[in-house]
Amino acid sequence: MISTNLLALFYLISGVLFILALRGLSSPETSRQGNFFGILGMLIAVLVTFLSTGNFSTSFIYVIAFLLIGGSFGAFIAFKIPMTAMPELVAGFHSLVGLAAVFVAISAFLNPQAFNLGVSGNIKLASLIEMSIGAAVGAITFSGSIIAFLKLRGLMSGAPITFRGQHILNLLILISIIGLTYFLCATQSSSLFWTLIAISFLVGILLIIPIGGADMPVVISMLNSYSGWAAAGIGFTLENTALIITGALVGSSGAILSYIMCKGMNRSFFSVILGGFGGSDQTNKSDNKEQKPVKSGNSDDAAFLMKNASSVIIVPGYGMAVAQAQHALREMVDTLKKNGIKVSYAIHPVAGRMPGHMNVLLAEANVPYDEVFELEEINNDFANCDVAYVIGANDVTNPVAKTDPQSPIYGMPILDVEKAKSVLFVKRSLSPGYAGVDNDLFYRENTLMLFADAKKMTEDIIKSF
Amino acid sequence: MEIDPFVFRLSIFILSIFVGYYVVWSVTPSLHTPLMSVTNAISSVIIVGAIIAALAGNNENIFNESSIFGFLAILLAAINIFGGFLVTQRMLAMYKKKKK
Repeated sequence: MISTNLLALFYLISGVLFILALRGLSSPETSRQGNFFGILGMLIAVLVTFLSTGNFSTSFIYVIAFLLIGGSFGAFIAFKIPMTAMPELVAGFHSLVGLAAVFVAISAFLNPQAFNLGVSGNIKLASLIEMSIGAAVGAITFSGSIIAFLKLRGLMSGAPITFRGQHILNLLILISIIGLTYFLCATQSSSLFWTLIAISFLVGILLIIPIGGADMPVVISMLNSYSGWAAAGIGFTLENTALIITGALVGSSGAILSYIMCKGMNRSFFSVILGGFGGSDQTNKSDNKEQKPVKSGNSDDAAFLMKNASSVIIVPGYGMAVAQAQHALREMVDTLKKNGIKVSYAIHPVAGRMPGHMNVLLAEANVPYDEVFELEEINNDFANCDVAYVIGANDVTNPVAKTDPQSPIYGMPILDVEKAKSVLFVKRSLSPGYAGVDNDLFYRENTLMLFADAKKMTEDIIKSF
Repeated sequence: MEIDPFVFRLSIFILSIFVGYYVVWSVTPSLHTPLMSVTNAISSVIIVGAIIAALAGNNENIFNESSIFGFLAILLAAINIFGGFLVTQRMLAMYKKKKK
């Protein structure tokens, strides 16, 4: 057994270690140590919890068994998952945190004595409110993440699903959640508690279905944030400092990432949440477009241009992830570097389907992280570079964002690819990107379109060298 | 009059939000994906609640209507803890500097 005060101090240590885990991520050198701190914090939290219950009977053996079954399953996924599937993995993990929060809340509601929250049917008011918040946010996180997972995995169309009265319906449901929480506190009725959870599951689904594929980086960050608030809600219920600290950290982390992603698209968080962006109005846009001349080339042209360049900037996007082209790309760059050509990578904040998606893929392909630059760091270099190699990116290079106030992507910060002496644009067709906007870059004098699969084209270029 | 312990917890919560705010802004953008996976792993510290709930069952009835939810939550949180930390580890191991 361990005293309550000592227990609280240990949880505080866990919380501090979690802060250090995030702090470590300020640079790749310290990050591995940071992750170790995180693991240590978790270990301490779990061990002292076992000591505090002092229950080492048969139940304890079952707890260990469940822990190991879940743990080995998690470890298996962690080792097997390809890096390109990171966005859906993270969405999947979020859903588990959400559901775990719901389960803990249910358990606390059914057996409040175990947590010193009063007796069943007469739970302390504050605890009941905290429990309801934790359960509701957890349920929203769960079902929302499931939808995000299905969209990212391609099991569900990435196109936004909208219907009339959607926003009013969502608003009514949110109001009813607040009303339900109120009546739940007044009556302590378990049927209201179940209704609350059921409705929250529904909200999660309704919130995410109208949001299109290109807005997924915001959605993932937002759900990350929600999973934190759910944990914090449960932390208040259980009066557990480690959970409160962690919940607050994760909650603000997700909120900041959402903000960075929204800024990267020049969209307000509110407009992303309301959804309906992308995928729907593509057709009427391309109708009134006159046929403009496009220069297209093959791998030999591309190889020739790059071999005669002195500096090349690579602009990767989601298409690179889809085609799994990162390894071929690194090989191509190796050849260029052998010929004394300076190569760097330019990453747009919203390239890919989650924050930092491209960086992980390049790291996987053994690209040193000091050759990879963020938008602000590299944008001025395009004017001095000979070739920009755009592989799988589209909207984030569209100069229309700077010139046409009518365009839906107007004002979005973009990579100034068009300033390079020549632009090689690898793409399968001239179709517009997720924003449904035609890319002006395709028709520029200095652009050479390479119509092919990103991986195939890159491999062909290597052969052509 | 004594201060309600809730107020202390609220203070910890608010201060942690600020700590989180400043710490996360200092995270380099290239590590945003590992940031998400590690926050995922640490938020699974919710497992402590699950353990208490699971162990609240008595020996005659290990899986009663409330403890069964605790066990299920342990299972989910454990997937997340091991999966989250290990996949973060795997990603971070890939970030290398240029060989000089």
